[in-house]
This record gives sequence, C-alpha cells and structure tokens, in this order.
Amino acid sequence: MAHFIDRRLNSKGKSTVNRQRFLRRYKQQIKRSVSDAVGQRSVTDLETGESISIPNRDVSEPIFHTGRGGVRDMVHPGNDQFNQGDRIPRPEGGEGGGGSGTGDASDSGEGEDQFSFQISKDEYLELLFDDLALPNLKKTQHNKVIQYETFRAGFQTDGVPANLDIVRSLKGSVARRIALSASKKRRLAECEIELAELLCEPVPDTLKVNALQAEIEELKAKIKRVPFIDTFDLRFKNYDKRPIPTSKAVMFCLMDVSGSMDQATKDMAKRFYILLYLFLTRNYKDVDVVYIRHHTQAKEVDEQEFFYSQETGGTIVSSALKMMHEIVSQRYDTGEWNVYAAQASDGDNWADDSPTCSKILREQLLPLTRYYAYIEITQRQHQSLWREYEMVANEYSHFAMKHIQEEKDIFPIFRELFKKEVERKTAGEE
Amino acid sequence: MPLDEIKRSASGMLSDGPDWNFELLAEYEREIDRVAKIYKLDTYPNQIEIITAEQMMDAYASIGMPLNYSHWSFGKKFISTEQGYRRGQMGLAYEIVINSEPCISYLMEENTITMQALVMAHACYGHNSFFKGNYLFQTWTDASSIIDYLVFAKKYVAECEEKYGVAAVEDVLDSCHALMNYGVDRYKRPAKISINDEIARQNERAKYLQSQVNDLWRTLPKSKKTEKIDEARFPSEPQENLLYFIEKRAPLLESWQRELVRIVRKVSQYFYPQKQTQVMNEGWACFWHYHILNHLYDEGKVSDSFIMEFLHSHTSVVAQPDYNSPYYSGINPYALGFAIFMDIKRICTAPTPEDYEFLPDVAGKDWLETVHFAMHNFKDESFISQFLSPKVMRDFKLFAINDDANKDYVEVSAIHNESGYRKIREKLSAQYNLSNLEPNIQVYNVDIKGDRSLTLRYVPHNGIPLANSRHEVLKHLHRLWGFDVKLEQLDDDGNVATIGRCPTEHSE
Repeated sequence: MAHFIDRRLNSKGKSTVNRQRFLRRYKQQIKRSVSDAVGQRSVTDLETGESISIPNRDVSEPIFHTGRGGVRDMVHPGNDQFNQGDRIPRPEGGEGGGGSGTGDASDSGEGEDQFSFQISKDEYLELLFDDLALPNLKKTQHNKVIQYETFRAGFQTDGVPANLDIVRSLKGSVARRIALSASKKRRLAECEIELAELLCEPVPDTLKVNALQAEIEELKAKIKRVPFIDTFDLRFKNYDKRPIPTSKAVMFCLMDVSGSMDQATKDMAKRFYILLYLFLTRNYKDVDVVYIRHHTQAKEVDEQEFFYSQETGGTIVSSALKMMHEIVSQRYDTGEWNVYAAQASDGDNWADDSPTCSKILREQLLPLTRYYAYIEITQRQHQSLWREYEMVANEYSHFAMKHIQEEKDIFPIFRELFKKEVERKTAGEE
Repeated sequence: MPLDEIKRSASGMLSDGPDWNFELLAEYEREIDRVAKIYKLDTYPNQIEIITAEQMMDAYASIGMPLNYSHWSFGKKFISTEQGYRRGQMGLAYEIVINSEPCISYLMEENTITMQALVMAHACYGHNSFFKGNYLFQTWTDASSIIDYLVFAKKYVAECEEKYGVAAVEDVLDSCHALMNYGVDRYKRPAKISINDEIARQNERAKYLQSQVNDLWRTLPKSKKTEKIDEARFPSEPQENLLYFIEKRAPLLESWQRELVRIVRKVSQYFYPQKQTQVMNEGWACFWHYHILNHLYDEGKVSDSFIMEFLHSHTSVVAQPDYNSPYYSGINPYALGFAIFMDIKRICTAPTPEDYEFLPDVAGKDWLETVHFAMHNFKDESFISQFLSPKVMRDFKLFAINDDANKDYVEVSAIHNESGYRKIREKLSAQYNLSNLEPNIQVYNVDIKGDRSLTLRYVPHNGIPLANSRHEVLKHLHRLWGFDVKLEQLDDDGNVATIGRCPTEHSE
C-alpha cells in the first residue's frame, strides 16, 4: 500500500546552501562580472538582478574521458538510404557523420563557452557593495524609539495557550503531586505491609484488618484526588519588548545642475548617486536622504526632480553648502544624526565663490559631518574649486575628493570612497 | 450515449480529472496496485511524495537523492537546471524515483491525474519492481540503507567542514568527484553491502580512536609515515578501483579524508547499476505503465479521454527520432527498451519462423515469465545481445557506422538486413558496455622503494585516445595521493608512453 506525502509546503530552498557554495567559490569571477556590468547598465536598471557569465573552463569538473580519434562503432536508427559498405565523406570541421558518442563538446579546445546564470537583486547588491561601509558611523541613541524587539523574559503563571511551556508545566505538576501525595504514599505502603503481616497470621484480627483496609481505601482515594495537572502548575513563556538602539544617518546629495554640466556629466553623477543611494538603503535601515541641487541658487528637491529635471544657468557652489548647513541645523541634530554628504560637480564655479566654499566647509559643515565626499566629473583641467578643496582635504581626514573622467571610473572610485577601513579614524573633532 | 456513460461510471469508473486530489490519487494507486499484482510485479513499499517544480529542481541538483552532502557542484547543477527551466529550454521530468526501501517517488504537482496515474504505474510499479528484482541492483545496492547512509554522509561531511574548514573538505571532494567513475570494482562482486557497512563503521570508529592515540605519540614524527609506506606495496595486480586504492593506500591522507573518499565511492557504487541498466529499466517501466493502464481501460475503470491523454504522453516518451532529425541525440533508451520488451511479448505469443531462428529460447514461451526472467537477469549489454530481434532492428531501421579517424570517410558497416542483424546486435550491445564507454585506467605501480610515485596505465580501446581533461584529473589525483602521479598509455604494439604527469616539471 502506497503512502502519500505532500511535500509541497516543505521548504524549497534545499539547494540554497549549494548555490551559496557555488557563488562563494566563484566570487572573484562573479565580482569581476558584476563590476564589468555596472558600467554597462542603464541608470534605472540598477535595481534588478544581474546575469553573470563565467568561462566554462573555470567551473568545469574534469573527469577522464575519451578524446577524438581511434575507431568507433556507432549504431543509429532511421536508415533511409544507406547500404552495407557505403562510404560517407567526413563533413568539414571534425565531428564525423557518426558523431562522437563520448567526446564532450568541451574537449575541442578551450572554447569561449560561458556558464551563464542570473543572480538576484540582493545577491547582486551584496557583491556590488561587498566590504564597503559608511565611514565613521556612530551609534547614536534614538530618542523617539520606533523599533522594538521581542525577547524572552522568564515565565509567568498566566497566558495564552500558544505560549504554554509544557516541560515546565509538567515539572510543576510532578513536583506538586509528589509534595501532596508523598506522605500518604508512605503511609499507604506501611499500611499495606502491616495488612500483609496481619493476614499472614494464623488468626487475623478482623477488626484491625478492617480498620487497615478502610485506611488504605481512604489513602488511595486521597492520592487519587490529587489531580494530574492543576491550573497553578501551568507556566507560560513570558515575552517582553525592548527598544532597539539604532543609528540614524542622513545623507546629503549635492549636485551641480548648471549649464556647464552637460548631459553625459549629469548621467555620471546620477550613476554615482544611485550607487550611493542603493548602498545606503542597503546598509542602514534608517537613512534620510536630502537632495540639494544648485546652479546659482540651491534648492532642496525630491529624488525624481534631483535626477531627472533639466536646469541651466551659472554656478555658485556655496549656495548649496549654505543650504545644507541650514537644513542640518534646522532638522538634523548632530547629537542624534550621523551626517554624510556627497557633492558632485564638473568643477566649474564662479572663481570668487570657491574660497567661500572652503570657508563654509571648514567652519560650518565639516565639524558637523562624519564624512564628506566630493567627486569632480570632468575631462578638463581642474579649476579653483578643486584647488581650494585640495587644501581642505589635507587638513581634514574625513573629507575625501575624487576625480572621475569616464563612466568606467565610477564604480572603482565609489569603492575607494567607501572601502571598509579599520584604521580610518572616527571624526576627531568631538 | 448518456445512458452508456452512466452505466460505466456506475460500474466504478475513476474520475479523469484533469485535476487531482489525494483521495483520487489513492484510488488510482489502489487500482494500479491491484493490476500490478495480477502481473506479478514484486515491489518495495511505495512512498509517493508530491512536490513543486522548484523542489524538483532541488532534487535534480542533488543527483535525484532526497538529501546529499553539500558541495558547490550541486549548486552549479541547480543553477544550470534553473536557468534551463526558466528560459524554457528544458522541461522537468514528471517524476523521479529513488532506489530505496520504501521506494520514494516524487510526483510533480503540475501533472494532471492522468499523468499522475501514468507516473505511478511507471515509477512506483515499473522502476520499483526493477530495483527490487534486477540482479545488478541486488548485488550492488542496498535499498534499505541508502537513505540512512546519505544521512550519515551529510552529517559527516558537515562535521568535517566544521572541524577542518569548508575549503579543505571541498578540496578532497572535488578530487574525489573527478575520479568518481573509478570508484567501483567492475569485475568483482562486492560482499553484501549492509554487512560491509556495518564493519566499515566499526572500523572507522576504531580508526578514529587509533588516530587519537597517534596524536599522543606524535613526538615520534617519522614512525607513522614509514609504517604507511610499508603498507603501500606495489599492487601485485593492477587495481581498477582508484578511489578504493586511494582510500586504503594513499600515504598522507588523514582518516577523515579517507572517510570522505569512502563516501564518494559508496555513492558512486550506488549509482553504478543505474548506468548499466538504463535501457532495460526505462523499457521495463514503460512496458508496465502501458500494460497496467490499458488493463484498467479494458476493465472500464478509466475513461476514453484518460486513455487518449495517456497514449499521447506515452507515444511521445517512446518516440525515436531518426538519425537525420534535428531532435536526434542518440538512441532513446525509453524507445529501445520498450520496443524490445514489447517484442519479447510478441515473440512469446505470436512467434514467426524468423523468431524461432534468432531467439529459439524465447519463441512460444509464457510471455509474463519471459519478461520477468529478462528483467531479473540482464543488464543493457547482455539484454540487447540476448533479446534484440530482427523485427525491432527493422522497425528502428538500425544501421552501424564505422568511424575510423585515420580515414577521411565513415563507413556503413551493417544495416538491418539478413547479413547485418547479428552485426548490428553485437555493435549495439557493445555500445552499452560500460567498459567500452569509460576509458580503461588502472593503478599500475607504486614506486615504494623510491619516490612513492603512483603510475596509472591507460589501455586504449580501438585506439581511442584520452581527452585533454586528463591533465586536470591528474592534478586532483596528485592532491589525494600526495606524491608524484604519472599516467601511461599502453599501445596495441606494446609500447608504453607517458601521456600525463603531475607535477609536470619533469616533462614540460
């Protein structure tokens, strides 16, 4: 007789471990593939998974098998034209008309065969942001706690059946039964021995026997009356909630959208910010992002507008810095928030404004921020802004600046900026 | 017509779905079981598990077993199966059946009730009875202990990973996998496996204790090694079971590494009969699902639409594309096996003079007994050479091709005619001879007096050389052996040439 089992509800991730093993084993190749891919993807595409290709020979599992050559006999079905002794010329390029039965395709030279597969978005981002971290993040205590975690907090005598701790309850039950019936059981045993002795006598004392029997009955009844389980044996698991200390971070994205920023440059900046954005949302649950774009004036905008609206005009970088300072002092108390900033520009600035920028940075922004990254996207000479910033960078360890020339620089530079560094000092000024 | 339908359903016709539920499955299973008994199919008890497509891919990845140790290659298998399935390049099997007791069969939930019935008849009664009855399976596998053994193996590998690190375990397993096809004694029957296992486990425990003792004596660094070398004598006869040789003789392996070698070897041995009975096993299962379901139809238990759907699936399973068809990828074992078994039945019940000439032992005998006899006592190679009749050769229009790499043409050496029948039968049979398919490589020598190097010898069959992958495999072998490894080739004229070596510094 057959036995049916419905396995459909069982977990389906049986191969997850093996899949992870595979990914780990080929991490280097996969990473390379991911890094290559990031340059080729369109900006909006960063949210999907990635198709990975690894050369087949890297993942092959070699076994002994036969190569081409020698004499082979093969039997085939469907003869429609051949007679014994017919000779069929070998087709150009190997594989005889008979086909080689055991030869693998892979033994014909090291072909550029690829082992291709998809990884999920999470796996993709995991690989993309592997060993990157937000620098200098401090665990500042949340004052208005929203998140709680449930934890076990001992036992209680009351609760819902789902929380019943059976082992503990039964232990209580056993203890209670022993406590309530031990003396009676002892007495019962004594009585029974006495009774047996009495009955062994040649002439049993009927009165005594009756009395003993009555006592035995009574004791048995009493023992029986002790319930197997009583309400006060029950113990329920107790759960309590406690707040989770979380770190809050706010990320300022500053971008120049002036006329000098052409579409390609903006695209690169967008790419950089999207990487940044993904990275932030991935690493820290609680991240605020503030988008500030500027030409001659700065404006706080939402994500959509930041990335996708057109603007033209001159450039005054300090306007954005001022705005950032305003927002920080109004909304983000530095005791509570970790402030980060990334600024992208093509380096164009109104010459007189550059010293103002470095002054604002030194005096107002850098003391407030954990990390400030500046990327300059240009193929031209550096201008006044870069030189001013260079001086700032020499003074402050938590100010970093990088230069992006081409699209393919974006990812390596992003990695450089956010590489996990053990020795990187926490922002000293506090 | 309506009247007729009512009459038939009143006489107990089973619903033809197309959806299934567990009650209906059980009902079908009961009927199939009843019919199977009529045909004397002796089976292990069945355990039928309903799974999803995704779980089916999991099962694929762990070489069809319900559980297996963790290894990246299974992950790779899973990924490629998943890719193929997602892109629609491949369908999944309707079922997987495991040679175990109870016999576990996986049924896909997507199947219609007809397909479930087909699969139950095919797997739970066809394959199942084959596993129980065929001599190779009886000799090589122990259905009752395989699951336990895999549980043990999985746990053992996991423990090793914890103790010695995932990478170290992976190295050993990689190397063993490379030699997996050489983990079987082909020409020697194994002792009863269950007892063997029993003893092996005891040995293992003893060995483990011994190794603990050795640890205490580690202040005498060299003694252990020299002992081992004395053991590793020149094998007086060539050894074909490379993994066994390594497990027992490799000088530098730790006991846990030996156990890993053993695990791979055991798994390999378990699958050994399946490789050699593909045609028979599938043919047998098709033969029985065909007979059982037709029997049910004749009794009026299943409906017309059921049998039509069944026949549609059945014919596509046993279809044989011709050599020049774009779908051709060798001979379909389902088609060949089914055709031969059907023909055995025909030869028994309606023999022709030709049959009396070619298959005198079969013609006119009791068909049920004869097919059972064939199932019990043969493997693909011998089954074909005993039972492939001229009629099947004509139906398949078989022809043999002789492909000599030294000539610029291939030659048709025989076709399905009077003079060709025996030749084709012989050649097709040889095509299923495992020792013709897998290169003949044996342990030839160990230089016990000198550098402890291991020499393997390859004896080519029909002058077919080894593929280049041998260099990679030798690296794996070198990792297990620990000393130099050399591969020689013995040519027809008796010349011996070294065709591979690891490490390679001497030759290249």
